[in-house]
Amino acid sequence: MVTALAVIRLRDLFAVVMLFGIYSLLSASLFVVLDAVDVAFTEASVGAGVATVFMLGTLALTTSREKTPAAHKPLLPLLAVLVTGAALIYGTFDIPHYGDPGNPIHQHVAPRYLEDSAEEIGIPNVVSSVLASYRGYDTLGEVTVVFTAAIGVLLLIGDARRRRSEDRSRPDHEEDA
Amino acid sequence: MKQYSILRLITKLLLPLILLFALYVQFHGDFGPGGGFQAGVIFAAGFVLYALVYGLDNARRLMPTWLPRLGISLGVLIYAGVGVAGMLLGGAFLDYGVLDPHDPVHGQHLGILLVELGVGITVASVMISIFHAFAGRGR
Amino acid sequence: MPRDGCNAPAPQSAALRGWLGTTNKMQILGLYNYWIFIVLMMCGFYVVISRGNLVKKLVGLNIFQTSVFILYISMGKIIGGTAPILTGTATVYSNPLPHVLILTAIVVGIATTALGLALVVRIHEAYGTIEEDEIHAQSEDEAL
Repeated sequence: MVTALAVIRLRDLFAVVMLFGIYSLLSASLFVVLDAVDVAFTEASVGAGVATVFMLGTLALTTSREKTPAAHKPLLPLLAVLVTGAALIYGTFDIPHYGDPGNPIHQHVAPRYLEDSAEEIGIPNVVSSVLASYRGYDTLGEVTVVFTAAIGVLLLIGDARRRRSEDRSRPDHEEDA
Repeated sequence: MKQYSILRLITKLLLPLILLFALYVQFHGDFGPGGGFQAGVIFAAGFVLYALVYGLDNARRLMPTWLPRLGISLGVLIYAGVGVAGMLLGGAFLDYGVLDPHDPVHGQHLGILLVELGVGITVASVMISIFHAFAGRGR
Repeated sequence: MPRDGCNAPAPQSAALRGWLGTTNKMQILGLYNYWIFIVLMMCGFYVVISRGNLVKKLVGLNIFQTSVFILYISMGKIIGGTAPILTGTATVYSNPLPHVLILTAIVVGIATTALGLALVVRIHEAYGTIEEDEIHAQSEDEAL
Protein backbone atom coordinates (compact mmCIF):
# COMPACT_ATOMS: atom_id res chain seq x y z
CA MET A 1 0.00 0.00 0.00
CA VAL A 2 3.06 2.18 0.18
CA THR A 3 2.91 2.17 -3.61
CA ALA A 4 0.32 4.93 -3.38
CA LEU A 5 2.88 7.18 -1.72
CA ALA A 6 5.35 6.54 -4.52
CA VAL A 7 2.66 7.47 -7.02
CA ILE A 8 2.51 10.91 -5.44
CA ARG A 9 6.23 11.53 -5.57
CA LEU A 10 7.07 10.44 -9.08
CA ARG A 11 6.90 12.87 -11.97
CA ASP A 12 7.42 10.34 -14.73
CA LEU A 13 3.85 9.53 -15.66
CA PHE A 14 4.83 6.24 -17.26
CA ALA A 15 6.20 5.02 -13.95
CA VAL A 16 3.14 6.39 -12.18
CA VAL A 17 0.84 4.35 -14.37
CA MET A 18 2.92 1.22 -13.89
CA LEU A 19 2.93 1.73 -10.13
CA PHE A 20 -0.80 2.20 -10.27
CA GLY A 21 -1.09 -1.20 -11.91
CA ILE A 22 0.97 -2.73 -9.11
CA TYR A 23 -1.18 -0.92 -6.58
CA SER A 24 -4.31 -2.39 -8.13
CA LEU A 25 -2.85 -5.86 -8.03
CA LEU A 26 -1.92 -5.43 -4.37
CA SER A 27 -5.39 -4.23 -3.49
CA ALA A 28 -6.79 -7.23 -5.35
CA SER A 29 -4.77 -9.52 -3.12
CA LEU A 30 -6.04 -7.56 -0.13
CA PHE A 31 -9.59 -8.24 -1.31
CA VAL A 32 -8.84 -11.96 -1.40
CA VAL A 33 -7.67 -11.75 2.20
CA LEU A 34 -10.93 -9.99 3.02
CA ASP A 35 -12.91 -12.89 1.48
CA ALA A 36 -14.17 -10.88 -1.47
CA VAL A 37 -13.02 -13.20 -4.26
CA ASP A 38 -15.35 -11.79 -6.88
CA VAL A 39 -14.20 -8.27 -6.18
CA ALA A 40 -10.56 -9.32 -6.23
CA PHE A 41 -11.14 -10.97 -9.58
CA THR A 42 -12.62 -7.80 -10.99
CA GLU A 43 -9.98 -5.54 -9.52
CA ALA A 44 -7.16 -7.70 -10.86
CA SER A 45 -8.55 -7.80 -14.38
CA VAL A 46 -9.77 -4.21 -14.49
CA GLY A 47 -7.28 -2.28 -12.41
CA ALA A 48 -4.10 -4.12 -13.25
CA GLY A 49 -5.06 -4.93 -16.82
CA VAL A 50 -7.41 -2.71 -18.72
CA ALA A 51 -6.97 0.50 -16.71
CA THR A 52 -3.22 0.41 -17.24
CA VAL A 53 -3.67 -0.08 -20.96
CA PHE A 54 -6.09 2.85 -21.18
CA MET A 55 -3.78 5.13 -19.23
CA LEU A 56 -0.82 4.13 -21.37
CA GLY A 57 -2.92 4.86 -24.42
CA THR A 58 -3.62 8.33 -23.10
CA LEU A 59 0.05 8.90 -22.37
CA ALA A 60 0.93 7.85 -25.89
CA LEU A 61 -1.53 10.43 -27.18
CA THR A 62 -0.39 13.21 -24.88
CA THR A 63 2.89 13.43 -23.01
CA SER A 64 4.49 11.12 -20.51
CA ARG A 65 6.32 13.71 -18.46
CA GLU A 66 4.75 15.80 -15.73
CA LYS A 67 6.12 19.33 -15.77
CA THR A 68 7.42 20.94 -12.63
CA PRO A 69 5.03 23.71 -11.75
CA ALA A 70 6.59 27.15 -11.49
CA ALA A 71 5.19 27.99 -8.09
CA HIS A 72 4.60 24.73 -6.32
CA LYS A 73 3.09 25.22 -2.89
CA PRO A 74 2.40 21.87 -1.26
CA LEU A 75 1.70 23.39 2.14
CA LEU A 76 -1.93 24.37 1.69
CA PRO A 77 -3.09 21.08 0.11
CA LEU A 78 -1.11 19.19 2.73
CA LEU A 79 -2.83 21.13 5.48
CA ALA A 80 -6.26 20.48 3.97
CA VAL A 81 -5.47 16.78 3.65
CA LEU A 82 -4.19 16.51 7.21
CA VAL A 83 -7.22 18.28 8.67
CA THR A 84 -9.61 16.12 6.69
CA GLY A 85 -7.71 12.98 7.64
CA ALA A 86 -7.68 13.91 11.31
CA ALA A 87 -11.42 14.57 11.23
CA LEU A 88 -12.03 11.21 9.58
CA ILE A 89 -9.83 9.38 12.09
CA TYR A 90 -11.70 11.07 14.91
CA GLY A 91 -14.89 9.83 13.26
CA THR A 92 -13.66 6.23 13.24
CA PHE A 93 -13.75 6.06 17.02
CA ASP A 94 -17.52 5.66 16.78
CA ILE A 95 -17.43 3.04 14.04
CA PRO A 96 -17.99 -0.61 14.97
CA HIS A 97 -14.91 -2.79 14.97
CA TYR A 98 -13.46 -4.70 12.05
CA GLY A 99 -14.70 -8.23 11.58
CA ASP A 100 -17.25 -8.24 14.38
CA PRO A 101 -20.26 -10.38 13.37
CA GLY A 102 -22.55 -8.14 15.41
CA ASN A 103 -21.94 -5.07 13.27
CA PRO A 104 -25.05 -3.31 11.98
CA ILE A 105 -24.04 -4.05 8.39
CA HIS A 106 -24.48 -7.77 9.03
CA GLN A 107 -27.92 -7.43 10.60
CA HIS A 108 -30.15 -6.02 7.90
CA VAL A 109 -30.61 -7.80 4.56
CA ALA A 110 -27.39 -9.80 4.34
CA PRO A 111 -28.56 -12.72 6.52
CA ARG A 112 -31.64 -13.10 4.35
CA TYR A 113 -29.50 -13.24 1.21
CA LEU A 114 -27.23 -15.83 2.78
CA GLU A 115 -29.98 -17.99 4.26
CA ASP A 116 -32.71 -17.88 1.64
CA SER A 117 -30.88 -17.56 -1.64
CA ALA A 118 -30.19 -21.30 -1.71
CA GLU A 119 -33.93 -22.02 -1.93
CA GLU A 120 -35.03 -18.95 -3.83
CA ILE A 121 -32.30 -18.67 -6.44
CA GLY A 122 -30.54 -22.00 -6.14
CA ILE A 123 -27.04 -21.02 -7.16
CA PRO A 124 -24.09 -21.33 -4.80
CA ASN A 125 -22.41 -17.99 -5.46
CA VAL A 126 -24.40 -15.56 -3.36
CA VAL A 127 -22.63 -12.61 -4.95
CA SER A 128 -23.99 -13.61 -8.34
CA SER A 129 -27.52 -14.09 -7.07
CA VAL A 130 -27.55 -10.78 -5.23
CA LEU A 131 -25.98 -9.04 -8.20
CA ALA A 132 -28.33 -10.31 -10.84
CA SER A 133 -31.51 -11.07 -8.99
CA TYR A 134 -32.05 -9.35 -5.66
CA ARG A 135 -30.35 -6.19 -6.85
CA GLY A 136 -31.18 -6.48 -10.52
CA TYR A 137 -32.25 -2.87 -10.76
CA ASP A 138 -28.93 -1.67 -9.41
CA THR A 139 -27.00 -3.77 -11.86
CA LEU A 140 -29.17 -2.61 -14.75
CA GLY A 141 -28.36 0.93 -13.70
CA GLU A 142 -24.64 0.17 -13.52
CA VAL A 143 -24.67 -1.41 -16.96
CA THR A 144 -26.43 1.66 -18.27
CA VAL A 145 -23.75 3.87 -16.72
CA VAL A 146 -21.03 1.82 -18.43
CA PHE A 147 -23.01 2.07 -21.65
CA THR A 148 -23.33 5.83 -21.32
CA ALA A 149 -19.65 6.25 -20.50
CA ALA A 150 -18.72 4.29 -23.61
CA ILE A 151 -21.00 6.45 -25.73
CA GLY A 152 -19.28 9.49 -24.24
CA VAL A 153 -15.81 8.15 -25.00
CA LEU A 154 -16.79 7.30 -28.55
CA LEU A 155 -18.29 10.75 -29.04
CA LEU A 156 -15.18 12.41 -27.69
CA ILE A 157 -12.44 10.44 -29.42
CA GLY A 158 -14.23 8.01 -31.70
CA ASP A 159 -13.28 7.64 -35.33
CA ALA A 160 -16.45 8.89 -36.97
CA ARG A 161 -16.21 12.32 -35.45
CA ARG A 162 -12.59 12.72 -36.38
CA ARG A 163 -13.16 12.01 -40.03
CA ARG A 164 -15.94 14.54 -40.26
CA SER A 165 -14.22 17.31 -38.31
CA GLU A 166 -10.71 16.64 -39.55
CA ASP A 167 -10.70 19.41 -42.17
CA ARG A 168 -12.07 21.99 -39.79
CA SER A 169 -9.96 21.17 -36.77
CA ARG A 170 -6.63 20.77 -38.50
CA PRO A 171 -5.66 24.49 -38.73
CA ASP A 172 -6.53 25.13 -35.07
CA HIS A 173 -4.50 22.17 -34.06
CA GLU A 174 -1.38 23.44 -35.76
CA GLU A 175 -1.75 26.89 -34.28
CA ASP A 176 -1.79 25.46 -30.78
CA ALA A 177 1.18 23.25 -31.37
CA MET B 1 6.16 -5.66 -33.64
CA LYS B 2 7.13 -7.89 -36.51
CA GLN B 3 10.50 -8.80 -35.04
CA TYR B 4 9.29 -10.21 -31.72
CA SER B 5 8.47 -13.68 -32.89
CA ILE B 6 8.30 -15.13 -29.38
CA LEU B 7 5.74 -12.54 -28.34
CA ARG B 8 3.70 -13.17 -31.44
CA LEU B 9 3.73 -16.92 -30.96
CA ILE B 10 2.89 -16.75 -27.26
CA THR B 11 0.06 -14.36 -27.99
CA LYS B 12 -1.30 -16.72 -30.55
CA LEU B 13 -1.16 -19.52 -28.01
CA LEU B 14 -2.65 -17.46 -25.22
CA LEU B 15 -5.52 -15.83 -27.07
CA PRO B 16 -7.82 -18.86 -27.30
CA LEU B 17 -7.06 -19.72 -23.69
CA ILE B 18 -7.92 -16.21 -22.54
CA LEU B 19 -11.16 -16.21 -24.49
CA LEU B 20 -12.03 -19.68 -23.23
CA PHE B 21 -11.29 -18.60 -19.68
CA ALA B 22 -13.51 -15.57 -20.16
CA LEU B 23 -16.36 -17.79 -21.29
CA TYR B 24 -15.73 -20.11 -18.34
CA VAL B 25 -15.86 -17.17 -15.96
CA GLN B 26 -19.01 -15.97 -17.67
CA PHE B 27 -20.98 -19.19 -17.40
CA HIS B 28 -19.44 -20.57 -14.24
CA GLY B 29 -20.17 -17.37 -12.34
CA ASP B 30 -23.13 -19.05 -10.66
CA PHE B 31 -20.93 -21.60 -8.91
CA GLY B 32 -17.62 -19.92 -8.32
CA PRO B 33 -16.27 -16.43 -8.39
CA GLY B 34 -17.02 -14.75 -11.65
CA GLY B 35 -19.81 -13.28 -13.69
CA GLY B 36 -20.54 -10.95 -16.52
CA PHE B 37 -18.43 -8.02 -15.38
CA GLN B 38 -15.24 -10.01 -14.94
CA ALA B 39 -15.81 -12.13 -18.03
CA GLY B 40 -16.38 -9.07 -20.17
CA VAL B 41 -13.17 -7.47 -19.02
CA ILE B 42 -11.13 -10.65 -19.54
CA PHE B 43 -12.63 -11.15 -22.98
CA ALA B 44 -11.73 -7.59 -23.89
CA ALA B 45 -8.26 -8.02 -22.43
CA GLY B 46 -7.68 -10.90 -24.86
CA PHE B 47 -8.43 -8.65 -27.82
CA VAL B 48 -6.40 -5.82 -26.36
CA LEU B 49 -3.42 -8.16 -26.09
CA TYR B 50 -3.89 -9.23 -29.69
CA ALA B 51 -4.10 -5.64 -30.85
CA LEU B 52 -1.01 -4.67 -28.88
CA VAL B 53 1.11 -7.43 -30.37
CA TYR B 54 -0.24 -7.75 -33.90
CA GLY B 55 -1.21 -4.14 -34.50
CA LEU B 56 -4.55 -2.42 -34.62
CA ASP B 57 -5.27 -3.22 -38.27
CA ASN B 58 -5.07 -6.96 -37.75
CA ALA B 59 -7.17 -6.62 -34.62
CA ARG B 60 -9.77 -4.68 -36.60
CA ARG B 61 -9.83 -7.46 -39.14
CA LEU B 62 -10.47 -9.93 -36.33
CA MET B 63 -13.08 -7.79 -34.63
CA PRO B 64 -14.47 -5.06 -36.90
CA THR B 65 -15.23 -1.77 -35.22
CA TRP B 66 -18.98 -1.97 -35.71
CA LEU B 67 -19.23 -5.26 -33.84
CA PRO B 68 -18.40 -4.00 -30.33
CA ARG B 69 -20.41 -0.84 -31.00
CA LEU B 70 -23.40 -3.04 -31.72
CA GLY B 71 -22.59 -5.11 -28.66
CA ILE B 72 -22.65 -2.11 -26.34
CA SER B 73 -26.33 -1.58 -26.90
CA LEU B 74 -27.14 -5.24 -27.46
CA GLY B 75 -26.06 -6.16 -23.93
CA VAL B 76 -28.17 -3.46 -22.30
CA LEU B 77 -31.09 -4.51 -24.49
CA ILE B 78 -30.72 -8.15 -23.42
CA TYR B 79 -30.72 -7.08 -19.79
CA ALA B 80 -33.73 -4.81 -20.11
CA GLY B 81 -35.39 -7.33 -22.43
CA VAL B 82 -35.22 -10.00 -19.74
CA GLY B 83 -36.92 -7.54 -17.42
CA VAL B 84 -39.65 -6.78 -19.93
CA ALA B 85 -40.08 -10.49 -20.68
CA GLY B 86 -40.72 -11.01 -16.99
CA MET B 87 -43.35 -8.30 -17.13
CA LEU B 88 -45.03 -9.82 -20.17
CA LEU B 89 -45.17 -13.19 -18.45
CA GLY B 90 -47.05 -11.66 -15.57
CA GLY B 91 -44.31 -10.89 -13.08
CA ALA B 92 -42.64 -7.68 -12.02
CA PHE B 93 -39.86 -6.00 -14.00
CA LEU B 94 -36.70 -8.11 -13.63
CA ASP B 95 -38.63 -10.83 -11.82
CA TYR B 96 -37.00 -13.98 -13.16
CA GLY B 97 -39.19 -16.43 -11.29
CA VAL B 98 -41.90 -16.32 -13.95
CA LEU B 99 -39.54 -17.11 -16.83
CA ASP B 100 -40.01 -20.82 -16.24
CA PRO B 101 -43.69 -21.61 -15.69
CA HIS B 102 -43.01 -24.83 -13.80
CA ASP B 103 -40.24 -23.98 -11.41
CA PRO B 104 -39.40 -20.46 -10.23
CA VAL B 105 -35.88 -21.56 -9.26
CA HIS B 106 -35.20 -22.62 -12.86
CA GLY B 107 -36.59 -19.30 -13.98
CA GLN B 108 -34.14 -17.57 -11.68
CA HIS B 109 -31.27 -19.60 -13.15
CA LEU B 110 -32.33 -18.69 -16.68
CA GLY B 111 -32.79 -15.04 -15.80
CA ILE B 112 -29.42 -14.74 -14.10
CA LEU B 113 -27.71 -16.49 -17.00
CA LEU B 114 -29.26 -14.13 -19.56
CA VAL B 115 -28.67 -11.04 -17.47
CA GLU B 116 -25.04 -11.95 -16.90
CA LEU B 117 -24.73 -12.59 -20.63
CA GLY B 118 -26.05 -9.10 -21.30
CA VAL B 119 -23.65 -7.60 -18.77
CA GLY B 120 -20.74 -9.54 -20.26
CA ILE B 121 -21.52 -8.46 -23.82
CA THR B 122 -21.85 -4.84 -22.84
CA VAL B 123 -18.71 -4.72 -20.71
CA ALA B 124 -16.57 -6.55 -23.28
CA SER B 125 -17.82 -4.36 -26.11
CA VAL B 126 -17.33 -1.19 -24.09
CA MET B 127 -13.75 -2.08 -23.24
CA ILE B 128 -12.88 -3.08 -26.82
CA SER B 129 -14.52 0.05 -28.23
CA ILE B 130 -12.73 2.34 -25.80
CA PHE B 131 -9.43 0.66 -26.60
CA HIS B 132 -10.04 1.05 -30.32
CA ALA B 133 -10.94 4.69 -29.80
CA PHE B 134 -7.73 5.38 -27.87
CA ALA B 135 -5.51 3.37 -30.16
CA GLY B 136 -7.09 4.65 -33.36
CA ARG B 137 -6.75 8.23 -32.23
CA GLY B 138 -2.98 8.15 -32.27
CA ARG B 139 -2.69 7.83 -36.06
CA MET C 1 -20.99 9.84 21.21
CA PRO C 2 -18.42 7.06 21.40
CA ARG C 3 -20.00 3.70 21.73
CA ASP C 4 -16.85 1.98 22.77
CA GLY C 5 -16.97 -0.95 25.11
CA CYS C 6 -14.49 0.75 27.40
CA ASN C 7 -15.99 0.80 30.88
CA ALA C 8 -13.69 3.33 32.48
CA PRO C 9 -14.97 4.30 35.92
CA ALA C 10 -16.44 7.79 36.18
CA PRO C 11 -15.54 9.24 32.78
CA GLN C 12 -14.88 12.95 32.85
CA SER C 13 -16.37 13.76 29.45
CA ALA C 14 -17.48 11.97 26.35
CA ALA C 15 -14.66 13.32 24.23
CA LEU C 16 -12.06 12.40 26.77
CA ARG C 17 -13.50 8.94 27.06
CA GLY C 18 -13.19 8.60 23.32
CA TRP C 19 -9.52 9.49 23.48
CA LEU C 20 -8.95 7.20 26.43
CA GLY C 21 -10.59 4.44 24.45
CA THR C 22 -7.83 4.67 21.88
CA THR C 23 -5.33 3.53 24.42
CA ASN C 24 -7.28 0.34 24.64
CA LYS C 25 -5.34 -2.10 22.51
CA MET C 26 -8.36 -3.93 21.13
CA GLN C 27 -9.81 -0.72 19.86
CA ILE C 28 -6.69 0.18 17.91
CA LEU C 29 -6.61 -3.26 16.35
CA GLY C 30 -10.30 -3.08 15.60
CA LEU C 31 -10.05 0.19 13.77
CA TYR C 32 -6.85 -0.18 11.78
CA ASN C 33 -8.69 -1.08 8.57
CA TYR C 34 -10.41 2.30 8.66
CA TRP C 35 -7.09 3.99 9.18
CA ILE C 36 -5.58 2.26 6.15
CA PHE C 37 -8.56 3.47 4.21
CA ILE C 38 -8.14 7.02 5.49
CA VAL C 39 -4.42 7.12 4.69
CA LEU C 40 -5.07 5.88 1.16
CA MET C 41 -7.97 8.24 0.68
CA MET C 42 -5.87 11.18 1.81
CA CYS C 43 -3.09 10.13 -0.58
CA GLY C 44 -5.55 10.24 -3.44
CA PHE C 45 -7.05 13.50 -2.20
CA TYR C 46 -3.63 15.10 -1.96
CA VAL C 47 -2.75 14.10 -5.51
CA VAL C 48 -6.03 15.50 -6.79
CA ILE C 49 -5.77 18.89 -5.13
CA SER C 50 -2.04 19.52 -5.30
CA ARG C 51 -1.02 18.31 -8.73
CA GLY C 52 -1.71 20.17 -11.93
CA ASN C 53 -1.23 17.26 -14.30
CA LEU C 54 -4.59 15.95 -15.46
CA VAL C 55 -3.51 12.31 -15.88
CA LYS C 56 -2.05 12.36 -12.41
CA LYS C 57 -5.25 13.81 -11.05
CA LEU C 58 -7.11 10.88 -12.58
CA VAL C 59 -4.67 8.43 -10.99
CA GLY C 60 -5.30 10.22 -7.69
CA LEU C 61 -9.03 9.91 -8.13
CA ASN C 62 -8.56 6.20 -8.76
CA ILE C 63 -6.57 5.80 -5.55
CA PHE C 64 -9.33 7.65 -3.73
CA GLN C 65 -11.85 5.31 -5.29
CA THR C 66 -9.90 2.19 -4.35
CA SER C 67 -9.74 3.39 -0.76
CA VAL C 68 -13.51 3.52 -0.68
CA PHE C 69 -13.61 0.00 -2.11
CA ILE C 70 -11.35 -1.18 0.69
CA LEU C 71 -13.59 0.52 3.25
CA TYR C 72 -16.68 -1.28 1.96
CA ILE C 73 -15.04 -4.67 1.61
CA SER C 74 -13.44 -4.50 5.04
CA MET C 75 -16.82 -3.63 6.54
CA GLY C 76 -18.31 -6.76 4.99
CA LYS C 77 -15.63 -9.02 6.43
CA ILE C 78 -16.43 -11.21 9.42
CA ILE C 79 -13.49 -12.68 11.30
CA GLY C 80 -13.57 -16.42 10.83
CA GLY C 81 -15.92 -16.11 7.88
CA THR C 82 -15.33 -17.30 4.36
CA ALA C 83 -16.15 -16.13 0.85
CA PRO C 84 -19.91 -15.99 0.23
CA ILE C 85 -20.14 -19.05 -1.99
CA LEU C 86 -22.47 -21.59 -0.44
CA THR C 87 -20.59 -24.84 -0.12
CA GLY C 88 -22.47 -26.53 2.66
CA THR C 89 -19.42 -26.89 4.87
CA ALA C 90 -18.81 -23.36 6.10
CA THR C 91 -21.26 -21.66 8.38
CA VAL C 92 -20.04 -18.07 8.56
CA TYR C 93 -19.89 -16.09 5.36
CA SER C 94 -18.76 -12.56 4.71
CA ASN C 95 -21.43 -10.10 3.79
CA PRO C 96 -22.12 -10.43 0.05
CA LEU C 97 -23.81 -7.08 -0.34
CA PRO C 98 -20.72 -4.83 -0.28
CA HIS C 99 -19.05 -7.24 -2.67
CA VAL C 100 -21.84 -6.75 -5.17
CA LEU C 101 -21.79 -2.99 -4.82
CA ILE C 102 -18.02 -2.74 -5.21
CA LEU C 103 -17.87 -5.27 -8.02
CA THR C 104 -20.10 -3.10 -10.16
CA ALA C 105 -18.44 0.08 -8.90
CA ILE C 106 -15.03 -1.10 -10.14
CA VAL C 107 -16.30 -1.61 -13.67
CA VAL C 108 -18.23 1.65 -13.62
CA GLY C 109 -15.08 3.29 -12.25
CA ILE C 110 -12.94 2.13 -15.15
CA ALA C 111 -15.60 3.26 -17.63
CA THR C 112 -15.76 6.73 -16.11
CA THR C 113 -11.96 6.85 -15.89
CA ALA C 114 -11.84 6.08 -19.58
CA LEU C 115 -14.25 8.95 -20.15
CA GLY C 116 -11.97 11.24 -18.16
CA LEU C 117 -8.94 10.06 -20.12
CA ALA C 118 -10.81 10.72 -23.34
CA LEU C 119 -11.46 14.26 -22.14
CA VAL C 120 -7.74 14.60 -21.36
CA VAL C 121 -6.91 13.54 -24.89
CA ARG C 122 -9.29 16.12 -26.31
CA ILE C 123 -7.88 18.80 -24.02
CA HIS C 124 -4.40 17.91 -25.18
CA GLU C 125 -5.50 18.29 -28.77
CA ALA C 126 -7.14 21.63 -28.09
CA TYR C 127 -4.49 23.19 -25.85
CA GLY C 128 -1.36 21.17 -26.53
CA THR C 129 -0.80 20.53 -22.83
CA ILE C 130 -2.26 18.56 -19.97
CA GLU C 131 -1.03 20.85 -17.21
CA GLU C 132 -3.81 22.74 -15.49
CA ASP C 133 -1.86 26.00 -15.07
CA GLU C 134 -0.96 26.23 -18.73
CA ILE C 135 -4.54 25.55 -19.76
CA HIS C 136 -5.74 28.36 -17.50
CA ALA C 137 -3.09 30.67 -18.87
CA GLN C 138 -4.10 29.90 -22.43
CA SER C 139 -7.79 30.42 -21.68
CA GLU C 140 -7.04 33.79 -20.13
CA ASP C 141 -4.94 34.80 -23.13
CA GLU C 142 -7.81 33.94 -25.39
CA ALA C 143 -10.25 35.90 -23.26
CA LEU C 144 -8.16 39.05 -23.45
